[in-house]
Formats: sequence, C-alpha cells, structure tokens
Amino acid sequence: MSMNSSVIQQIPTSQIEFERAIKKQRVKNFSKGILFLSPSIVLFSVFLFYPLARTIYLSFYLTDATGVTTVFVGWQNYVTMFTSPIFLQSMKSTFLFVLYTVPITIIISLFLAVIANEKLKGIGFFRTIYSSTMGISVAAASVFWLYLFHPSIGPLNLLVKAFGANEIGWLTNPSWALLSISITTIWMNIGFTFLILLGGLQSIDSSLYESADIDGAGYFYQLRRITIPMLSPTLFFVVTVAIINAFQTFGQIDILTQGGPVNSTNLVVYSIYREAFVNYKFGSASAQAVLLFIVILLMTFLQFKFGERKVHYQ
Amino acid sequence: MKIPTGRKLIFYLLLIISSLLVFAPTFMAFVMSFMSNKDIMTGSLPTTLSFDNYLKAFGQFPLLKYLINSLIISLIIMLGQLILSSLAAYAFVFIEFKGRDFLFFLFIATMMVPFEASVIPNFHIIRDLGWIDTYQGLTIPFFAMAFGTFLLRQNFKQIPKELKEASQIAGIGELKFYLTVVLPVAKTSLLTLGIYGFLTSWNMYLWPLLTTTNDSVRTVQIGLKQLQTQEQLNDWGVIMAGAVIVVIPTLILLFLGQSKLQSGLTEGALK
Amino acid sequence: MSQIEMIDLSKSYNKQKNVLDKVDLFIEEGEFFVLVGPSGSGKSTLLRMIAGLEEITSGTLKMNDQIVNHLPPKDRNLSMVFQNYALYPHLSVEQNILFGLNAKKVDKQEQKRRLLETAEMMGISELLKRKPKELSGGQRQRVALARSVVSEAPLCLMDEPLSNLDAKLRSQMRLEIRRLQKKLGMTMIYVTHDQVEAMTMGDRIMVLNDGKIQQIGKPITLYNEPANLFVASFIGSPKMNMGKAVFHADLNQLVIEETIHLDIDAVTYEIPSDSNVTIGIRPEHLYPGTLNNTSHEIEVINVEQLGNDTLIVFGVGKEIWTAKWPGQWDVQVGEKIPIHIAIENLSFFNSDTGLLIKPATTSKQHEVVTA
Repeated sequence: MSMNSSVIQQIPTSQIEFERAIKKQRVKNFSKGILFLSPSIVLFSVFLFYPLARTIYLSFYLTDATGVTTVFVGWQNYVTMFTSPIFLQSMKSTFLFVLYTVPITIIISLFLAVIANEKLKGIGFFRTIYSSTMGISVAAASVFWLYLFHPSIGPLNLLVKAFGANEIGWLTNPSWALLSISITTIWMNIGFTFLILLGGLQSIDSSLYESADIDGAGYFYQLRRITIPMLSPTLFFVVTVAIINAFQTFGQIDILTQGGPVNSTNLVVYSIYREAFVNYKFGSASAQAVLLFIVILLMTFLQFKFGERKVHYQ
Repeated sequence: MKIPTGRKLIFYLLLIISSLLVFAPTFMAFVMSFMSNKDIMTGSLPTTLSFDNYLKAFGQFPLLKYLINSLIISLIIMLGQLILSSLAAYAFVFIEFKGRDFLFFLFIATMMVPFEASVIPNFHIIRDLGWIDTYQGLTIPFFAMAFGTFLLRQNFKQIPKELKEASQIAGIGELKFYLTVVLPVAKTSLLTLGIYGFLTSWNMYLWPLLTTTNDSVRTVQIGLKQLQTQEQLNDWGVIMAGAVIVVIPTLILLFLGQSKLQSGLTEGALK
Repeated sequence: MSQIEMIDLSKSYNKQKNVLDKVDLFIEEGEFFVLVGPSGSGKSTLLRMIAGLEEITSGTLKMNDQIVNHLPPKDRNLSMVFQNYALYPHLSVEQNILFGLNAKKVDKQEQKRRLLETAEMMGISELLKRKPKELSGGQRQRVALARSVVSEAPLCLMDEPLSNLDAKLRSQMRLEIRRLQKKLGMTMIYVTHDQVEAMTMGDRIMVLNDGKIQQIGKPITLYNEPANLFVASFIGSPKMNMGKAVFHADLNQLVIEETIHLDIDAVTYEIPSDSNVTIGIRPEHLYPGTLNNTSHEIEVINVEQLGNDTLIVFGVGKEIWTAKWPGQWDVQVGEKIPIHIAIENLSFFNSDTGLLIKPATTSKQHEVVTA
C-alpha cells in the first residue's frame, strides 16, 4: 500500500458511508423500475396469471351454473373430454382447420407480397387493397361471407349453377362447412400476413438483388435463391402466428355455423364457449382451455426454439 | 433496377386480378348496402342506389349508440395500452435494477397464454366485480400488453443512451425524461401501436359478446351480429349497410396508417 | 473550483478482469487534462466514472477533497459533451441548451441572459430556433458545447467530442475548445484516441492502455521521454522507429536489427550489455546524409511527398522505418540513399519490461533552444 497515512485513516468511515449510499441508490432504482412496471404487473396478475391458475384449478372440479366449485373430480374432466366423441370431433376439426387455413393463407399472402414488392407505379394502392382485410372485423367479414355462401341468392352458388353444377350447401352440408369457414378465415387473415411478409421482403438488402442481376440470375432463380431463404425467419414467424390464430378462431363460427352442422365446425374455442357459457359446465370447459393453453404454449415454444427471433404476438 | 416492359405488364395483370379477388367481398358489401332488397333477392345488378338501407339500419337499431360505445371502448383500450406499454418499456430500457431480466421473462411468458384459455375465470372476475355491462369491464383487462411493451422497448432501445446520461447529469428525473424526451422522440411508434390497438379493440368479438347483456355498452361488432340474427337473413341490404358502417372506421385508419403499421409491426415481430 | 483526485480507482464488470486497474491521479483546478489511449483502454470508462455514470468498483474519487463515489451525476456539478453530442432530436437548439437549466430551476431571466451570452460566444445565435437534424456536424458540436458552457459547471468532461467531424473542422474545433476552456477557466477532462488531439490540446496527458496508466505528463515530456515502448509508439506521427539492439562491448559497437552498426562509447552511454535492448528513434532524427556525416545507406521502399515534408520508408531487418525530411526531396523507390543516424538521438528501452532506460539526449537541447 502506497497510500499516505491521512488517506488510510479516512477510508474506513467513508467507505461504509458511500457503500451505504450506493446501496440506497440501488434500492431507489429498484423501486423506480417496479413503479414503472407496476400497472402492467398488476393487470397481468389479475387478468392473466390468476385466471390461468384458476382455469387449471377449475379443470379438476365440477361447478354449478355460477362457476362455484362443487365436487373435486381429479382427472375426471380430462378423461371425459378425451372419451367424448363430440370433443374428439372438435379436435379433429380444429386440426383439419389448421391444415386447411395455414398453408393456403401463407401461400396466397406470399404471392401477394412478392408481386406487391416490385417498384411499380401505383404499387401503394395495391398494397392498401391487399392489407385491407386486416381492417375488416370478424363480425363484418362473417356477414360478407354469410351472404356469399347463401344457398339460393349467394354469388358462389350462382356461380356454381352457371357452370351447370348442383347448388352446394356451403354452410349446411357437414362435408363443406369446415371448408367454408376455412375460406372465410383465409380471406380474413390475408391482410395481416401480407403486411408482415411485405415488411420482411422490404428488409432484404437490395444489393443482394443487384449483385444477382449483375451475375445474370433470372427472376425465379432470384426468388428461389435469395428471396425465400432471406425471408425464412419472417415466414417462420408468420406460420406460428397463423397456427396460433387458427386455434383461437371463434367469431366466424359463432356467426356462420354456431359449430354445426353436426358439430363439424365446433372448433376448440367455440367448444369451450359452448361448454362454459351455454351448458354452464365450467369444469370441463376449463379442461379444454388447459389443453388449448398447452397446445399454444408448445407452438410458442417452438417459435422461440427454432425461430431465433424473440418476439411475436397473441 | 429497371424492369422490362413485358414483365411490368405481367405484374400489373397479376396485381389487378389479385386485388379484384381480394377486394371483391368488401366491394360487394359496399354496393349491396346501397341496393334495394328486391334487386338483391332477384340477383340482378343494382337498378337503383339509395341510402335507404342506412336509414333503416340506424332507425331500427341503436347503431349510433353501438358506434359510440365502440369508439369509447377502443380509445380507452388504446390509451391504456399506450400508457402501460410505454411505462413498462421505459423501465426495461432506461432503468437498471435487480430482477429486470426476470420480469422481462415474465412479460415474454404472458404471450404464451391465449386470452381464450383464461376467459372463464376472467368472466367470473368481471362478473364478481359487478363490471358486466360497464366500460371498465370491457377495457381494463386489455391494458397490459406484452406485444406493445416489446414493440416500444425495441424502439426505445434505438434512442441513444447518451440522451439519458446527459439528462442524468443535468439532473432530470426519470418521469420527466420519460415524458419530455422518450415519448416525443418515440411518437411514431406510439402512433403505430395506437393504430394497432385501436384496430384490434374495435374488432374485438368474444369478450364483448360475453360481457355485454344490453345496449348500454354493447359494441358495434355484437350489434352487427344482432342485426344479422334479428333480420332473419331477409333484408340483406340493411345488414350490409350495418357491416359497412362497422368496417369504415377501421378501413380508413388502415389506409392512413398502412405503411407505418407495416414497418412498425415487422419491427416488433422480428427484431 | 474543481480539482479531482483519484486514489486506486478500479473498475471491473461481473468480478472479471479489471477494466481499470488502480488509477492514481490528481487533476489541478483549471487544468486541461487529456486521457488518451487506444480503444478499449478504459479511458471512456474512467471518464464515465468521474461523471457518475458508471459505478466505482473500488478506490476513492474526490472532488475538492470531498469523496464523491456515491454521488449521482447531478450532484457532482459537472457538464459533459458526448461523442454523438446527445442533442434531443425533438427540441430546438434553444430548448436543448436550456434543458438542463430548467431542471436546475434557474430563473427565466438568468436563463435568457446565459443563453444569449453563450450563443453569442459559440456563434450559434442564428440557429437557436432550428432542430438538431437541420444542423451540420460542426454546428451540432457547437450546440453541444454551448449546452455544457451554459451550465457554468466548473468541471467539463468531453468524450471524443471531435471524432465525428471531418479533419479540417476538427483542427478548428480543437482550437476553439482550447480557447473556451482557458477563457472560462474551467477544469477539463478530455478523452480521445487521437494522439494529435492529445498533444495539441492538453496541459497534461495521461496515456492509458489495457486499464493501466502508462504515463502522465506534459505533451512534450511524453514525446521526448516516453516512459515505455507503448507510449513511445503511441505518441508521435509518424510513429517512432523501433529496433532490437545488441551492444558488442568488445567492438564498442551497437548493432540494430542485425543490420545497422553504430560505433559508440560504452562508458559515456552506460548501455547495459546483459539485457535485451530496444532502441527507438524519431523519424525526424533520421537525417539525410551529407558527404561527411553519412553513417549508413538504405534502400527506399516507399516515398510519401507531403509537400512540406518528405517521408522516406525503408526496411531495417524485420522492421519498417520512416524518415521525415523537411522540404521536398526527389527520391525514387528502389534508390539507395545516404542517411545519418546519431547515437544521441536514440532512446533505449528494456525489451522485456518495455521501460525506458535512457531517453534521447538531443531533444532536450532542442527544447532549451526553442524555449
């Protein structure tokens, strides 16, 4: 130690003093941070964490019509759920629905994004048109399609008849209803998916295309070798969001089919809704909700694990 | 980059055909809302165009009330989300404290919980609070928003940290820095998030369906459903007029904010 | 009224290796003190510790004999100019300058007076209503300076304030900052990686490398008597020429890089013959050889004509040396030219420790002559 003596004498008292001051500073920073976060934390706790825990709790009980637990039944709700043909049908429909909607939504949106990414005059107009379905609410979209699917005066059936075929029971025929719901959903989701994919395309460095042009690569070669690979994180994100959205589908079913005909469009969220708010069986509805939660948790987890990207939304 | 004329032509052709297909249902609804019921039922092209359907829709249903309700609810949710998200994002970017990473993880975790999975207890909470058929019951559950927090956090991170340090040296407190520097500097992304929040709130369906039992706070979306069920699928012109009224505000908002929304959402989603 | 003392100041992140290692330093009131070093040397960290923006891991920081380790930045009574200027983009120049005064609740009349005075001094009176993005780099720099001046803090910290400006503007701003500091009599701590800035601006300079103090002193002392090889090569441009040297006592000869042989008198020069020695010689001390004093011939590998000076680059063993000759010399690449190396221009360093054994002696005489 090469300090002079006066300094050495000074250190012990002051050291403690300013360490205390620094600690105080940290406490102050902590409370400031919590203060800024507290509104969000409180609301998340009340409307998200607690209800989630409560859902899991309810799934082990039977309840009365007001939601008060009556009998603890353990795993019985889950057992009943997995043996109920109605719920199994619902699961099957949900997965089929995902299968119908996700790939087609993305293919159509990708096509639209690619053609809308060209630097052409008036391209802004087309972009606005393509993204327009994002601004159309599920209620309005369902009403549009309700008419389009109308058995006698609906334009789709008029078109079918014009080709000499028989009328199709778009929403009344069990083998068509899910497909009709899917078409509506695809149309509704195009806007958002398009917007995100276009953003992804625009963030690709244009010098990549310029150097490919210099190398004499053709349009489709560039599309396959530059655009799609560079877009893959965006695509992955969009796929995950589309799947999650598909699992959460509710409004179009409520308006178009109410889960029918013969439960063919009774997708999982509609099934939860019916079980809870029509049949007042909150216990078994909660069991279904827990299952929905697990599926979405898995999807989100996959997105984090393989997507490398950190964020997405509900 | 110059595009050859031939290719240009193909692109325009594709663009036009696609936009016709995508916009057809909306366009159809718009035209139908001005058509007479007779024309619709006979499947003919419009012979007369009039505002009759709109007058009928407003006359027979409290549509104006629904519109005002929706507007109030969407604005409240939007403001609530902006305030809570920006406060939280500020803490995540500008305040260093113990446990910040954990809380951040907690926020990430909230995105894994779909609202539909917790809707039953949420309904019970609102019911037990006596918030059925109230504005607070329709809005407050949506104030806290992980996505908004991330979007703003992403944006706040681009604000040079020297601005914060210069303020620290000048003796400017956190709240003042948040209000007078961060919010004005980040106003573009606040606007983006605002548009997004308004759009999603306006289009909300399941929650207002559950928590509104009368016209006092019923939103326009649920109103549209009622219009459709009560009209017994007969007067399509009136139904379409209702639907057009529902989508006009959001479409206008979307048209105005499309480019902002696109860059904003992509940023929040992908960075 | 601001003097600063650091006693054994250290900084480490997450208990790892020290970014700053036991810095001992005393800065006088009214001094222009420059912290210079390569990037990653810890100079900015040290400055930010003084500002209170970084926590001090250990050691004591005093201002005016008061320990300030624990004080938040706002209570340290200082101002700071950042590399990117840190101007608030949404505020006008005027609002930017007054932002801090508002926070300190200086009264409006006083604010107005200081604003006008400072704007006048900095030559930005016409720009007060503009936004930062409507200003050129040099103007932004002035606004940042004005913001610092207007606070009337006795201590001003600057973190590479000129590095975003072009070369011409930079030399002009160097002068202005220097004049401003002398005029206002404030204590200045100035961080830069540019040794020219350090040499031209500092009353004293501290050279930092790897978190350790290499040398503290007046610019000319650092140039003439660099404490070690790092300082020797860091200060001066073109940099000092270095070479491994072996002293053969039997021949009274010093052999540099096994190529240059110099006759010297071991007694007068006290060169240790046992340890490894590195010599250094400034480019301007490699004189052109005349008929009677040519000591060596070298082969030119590159020539740089600067107009006022000519830089001649040649190889010495494994090293590349540069000679700086005043005026314009018509020398061709590949040509063999005579040079004169004088023993008294050599600085001697211990190769193992890097420490100075013996500085060049001629520079001393020059100093006397010019002084």
